[in-house]
Amino acid sequence: MILTYALIFTTGCFALALLMNLWRVVSAPGVPDRILALDTMVINFIAILVLYGIIEGTAVYFEASILIAMVGFISTVAYARFMLRGNIIE
Amino acid sequence: MSTDMALWQEIVLAVFLVTAGIFGLVGSFGLIKLPDPMTRLHAPTKATTLGVGGVLIASMLYFFFAKGHLSFHELMITLFLFLTAPITAHFLAKANLHTNVARDEVPPPTGDRPWAGFESDEARRIAEEQASKGA
Repeated sequence: MILTYALIFTTGCFALALLMNLWRVVSAPGVPDRILALDTMVINFIAILVLYGIIEGTAVYFEASILIAMVGFISTVAYARFMLRGNIIE
Repeated sequence: MSTDMALWQEIVLAVFLVTAGIFGLVGSFGLIKLPDPMTRLHAPTKATTLGVGGVLIASMLYFFFAKGHLSFHELMITLFLFLTAPITAHFLAKANLHTNVARDEVPPPTGDRPWAGFESDEARRIAEEQASKGA
């Protein structure tokens, strides 16, 4: 019973955090802030995916969250690198 | 979701989950609230990473309590995120230095070489000096 409420609360927190990040992506003052907001969205989405795994009681979503973590990291580095050098692989 | 857990197990999981949720929310709120780009780097890369770490540890404990076997997948994701968050923050700080800060505003580096974020500016300045000397 406690666990159910805690899961609802945490999912709500991360969903609100995702909405804030989305708003930040739309209305950020500069490009680095947008990249940071996208990176935070990826991290929050991993949390929501793991929470969904707990709610469903399966371990299927871990592979998906590992993949999303890796792709998110690579894409953030690529964006930052592109901003820094105008090129991703020199 | 199975509910055949002892009360203390549910309380441990709930503490982890609620702490993680608050940390995640604070991280994303800080991204909106903090005043300038360099301070805004701190909130998501530290608070949100801790929040996700809490959720992943709660997930690990849940599958240990419910199914009886301890899995280390979650620990792997946690480790990966804890390793990559500082790298991301470093790259974004350099990108931010490159776009928003002039080369003369930062304190001088200790070695012979310029700051890495301004290396291309410094190289261009040297090249222009040499070109004007040659002309």
